[in-house]
Amino acid sequence: MIATGQTLKSSKGEIKGRSLWVDARHRLMRNRAAVASMIVLGLVAGLAILAPLLSPFAYDEVNYDIIACAPGWWPVQAACTAPGHIFGTDAVGRDLFERVLFGARVSLAVGLVATLVSLIIGVLYGAIAGYAGGRLDGLMMRIVDVLYSLPFIFFVIILMVMFDRNFILLFVAIGAVEWLTMARIVRGQTLSIKQKEFIEAARAAGVGPMGIILRHVIPNVVGPVMVYVTLTVPGVILTESFLSFLGLGIQEPLTSWGVLISDGADQMETAPWMLLFPALFMAVTLFCFNFIGDGLRDALDPKDR
Amino acid sequence: MKPLLEITDLDVRFATADGEVEAVKDACLVIDEGECLGVVGESGSGKSQLFLAAFGLIAANGKVTGSVKYRGEEILGAPPKRLNALRGGAVTMIFQDPLTSLTPHMRIGDQIIEALMLHRNVSRAEARQRAREMLDYVRIPESARRLRQYPHELSGGMRQRVMIAMATITGPDLIIADEPTTALDVTVQAQILEILRALKTDKRTAIAMISHDMGVIAGLADRVQVMRHGRIVECGGADDIFYAPKNDYTRALLAAIPKADEPPPPPTAVGAPLLSVDDLKVTFPVKSGLFGKPQMLRAVDGVSFTLHQGETLGVVGESGCGKSTLARAVLKLAAKTAGRVVWLGRDLDAVTHADLRALREDFQIVFQDPLASLDPRMPIGHSIAEPLKALQPGLSRESVREKVRAMMVRVGLDPLWINRYPHEFSGGQNQRVGLARAMIVGPKMLVCDEAVSALDVTIQAQIVELIQGLQAETGLSLIFISHDLSVVRRLSHRVMVLYLGRVVELAPAAMLYDDPRHPYTRALLSAVLSPDPRRERARKRELLTGDLPSPLDPKAQLTFLKSRLDTPDYRPKLEEVAPRHFVAEHD
Repeated sequence: MIATGQTLKSSKGEIKGRSLWVDARHRLMRNRAAVASMIVLGLVAGLAILAPLLSPFAYDEVNYDIIACAPGWWPVQAACTAPGHIFGTDAVGRDLFERVLFGARVSLAVGLVATLVSLIIGVLYGAIAGYAGGRLDGLMMRIVDVLYSLPFIFFVIILMVMFDRNFILLFVAIGAVEWLTMARIVRGQTLSIKQKEFIEAARAAGVGPMGIILRHVIPNVVGPVMVYVTLTVPGVILTESFLSFLGLGIQEPLTSWGVLISDGADQMETAPWMLLFPALFMAVTLFCFNFIGDGLRDALDPKDR
Repeated sequence: MKPLLEITDLDVRFATADGEVEAVKDACLVIDEGECLGVVGESGSGKSQLFLAAFGLIAANGKVTGSVKYRGEEILGAPPKRLNALRGGAVTMIFQDPLTSLTPHMRIGDQIIEALMLHRNVSRAEARQRAREMLDYVRIPESARRLRQYPHELSGGMRQRVMIAMATITGPDLIIADEPTTALDVTVQAQILEILRALKTDKRTAIAMISHDMGVIAGLADRVQVMRHGRIVECGGADDIFYAPKNDYTRALLAAIPKADEPPPPPTAVGAPLLSVDDLKVTFPVKSGLFGKPQMLRAVDGVSFTLHQGETLGVVGESGCGKSTLARAVLKLAAKTAGRVVWLGRDLDAVTHADLRALREDFQIVFQDPLASLDPRMPIGHSIAEPLKALQPGLSRESVREKVRAMMVRVGLDPLWINRYPHEFSGGQNQRVGLARAMIVGPKMLVCDEAVSALDVTIQAQIVELIQGLQAETGLSLIFISHDLSVVRRLSHRVMVLYLGRVVELAPAAMLYDDPRHPYTRALLSAVLSPDPRRERARKRELLTGDLPSPLDPKAQLTFLKSRLDTPDYRPKLEEVAPRHFVAEHD
């Protein structure tokens, strides 16, 4: 295909090419749902980062005078109201707004860090297995199969019992499971890319195996991987909230959306705001990630070329 | 008399992300009953879109204006019901790729009778009977059994015959054949063209023959239209177009075609032997069933040759004859099973991995598909520099860049394009990038694996010229692999003909083309089409019957030596029939 788009000249008069990435970004930017999702997600992340500055209350400040009070603007008659707290308060009188934002910090951090861990391990593992092929591939993928067949919840419970509950362990537990799928996806992609002529051309040019994996294979699997990453993050957030819901996740006074939803569900009838706000935040965030993932998939789809 | 099909002022536009693209502009054409109209043009000239649009088959983002009349009835914008009645009934189509145009899960017989039952009022039994007759007509052996087979069980040529049977069974007035032979081997192409010719004379069916190949059109068309950039630039009787073209583009198109009688390049002073290959064998295990014993597919089955300094060795053969595998095994890109490859006196088996990578400086390869052989995510400058960085790691960044620019200029690319990406270039430009990448380390030998086969004829001629120029400058040796005998003739000093992984004939080019000895070489040569309508019409061909036998069949090697069939392991030997002219034993 001959270039039809605008060309930019650099200082030497060389024409700057339109890489596939630039093309994909243009397509992504034309996708309204994806752009809106990115803005909303940015807002949520901004709120989470600035959380301590946004409210006069601290997230762990207990106030027994205003236990489970509705926000001042709550339209339905409630047992008590706490006008300063815009999301109301929880069962020990802590400010729910602050807690939802601190929950966002934990949930987003778990989502991003666990995904990043799974990304690095999974991409390298999968690309090496796929490119090497043969016995090494067989061995590496059977290890993945074995790990896959361990029951996840059981695995987490054992970890928690053995090492006591802590924050880092949560990353480890989730990351240890998520990279398996990533490795499989990357291996599959690598197998198909390995057949391409440009890999053979690189071999004929004298490039070594590691050079081929790093320079030719991985850049070409990044597309599908990025799509999978945006769909993994919400998966991890859900997993974390599920673990927290079971009481295996974050410990008090720290909190996450899962913990908040779990607490809120207990008081659903008397204090619905305690469920509503964290659930709303989480649903919107997951929604955004999924929209971005969809947008990325459309933008990176080679068939569109 | 009203014409069968009359297209006037047809415009086809596509709305794409990069703006509106006008695929066809002001196209006018007329096809009379029983007439064959050839439509020639290079890729992207809009020749296929013209006919697809006329019958309402274009993609959803396309817009068609103008007028299309079938027997005086306006069909552009006609209701889908009317179009469906027309398509597959009175007007049928044959597409380029016979595998993707057949539904994989349906038996051949069911697919053939589907159209018939839909358009003609016949019973199922009757339809089956007609289908059998049709398969006989397109010369498919064992027609009764074939009707119960699935598309994947048939070879490419066989499938295209099934497509022709499907397109003819309803007794159409007009068949639109869109590059019907492009995906096929030359010998099979000759058979298919023979069938189409018979259709035209026996059944008086009008044919719109769309092709990029002037040779395909020459023998079949009564009238020819030449298309370029969506416009019809010239139209007229076949003889006028071929012998007295008026348009410059038509002339350029004709001039670019390698002539069958062009003399091959003069033999160069033969230098020292560079590469010698001795009894090379490459076999792949092919599994049959879950626990079946793997059969050995002999892709290359004992090939020996030597290549001298500055010499071009043409390697010819049809798909599946092992020519690409041979190249990859010689370059150590694929593992060989047996035999020796000696490069400048060094046995490549004895060379360590690290040494082999260093040796790659001496032999490089150019691939068939220019776009697929370049990393889509790398700017072309990086692709060209890659061998340099891998093989001469000591070079500074600046000198690598300088060399890349110089090489780009040499292969006819603007050095300002150094940061552009492969998808921004045409096929010919990408192939120049491929050549630049191969040549930048200054190799002694270059393997061109169907390097010009995917390109349009005018571009093909330019690339061939470029390769010849590079050879003259650097004294490069070439192994030029192609299925196209006329391109090979233009470049090669010696030619080697492969058949099912074995050499059947090896001779200096002039000898091979003027005095072919082996029946397979003769059939190949006779299947070559020339852009000369009178000659094509008059020509009697030596057709091979049927398809290439399966390389898994142990008796396949003895196709031309039937007298030895009682010893199926026998391999025909090469005999020197004249000085430097080797021919495999045959009956």
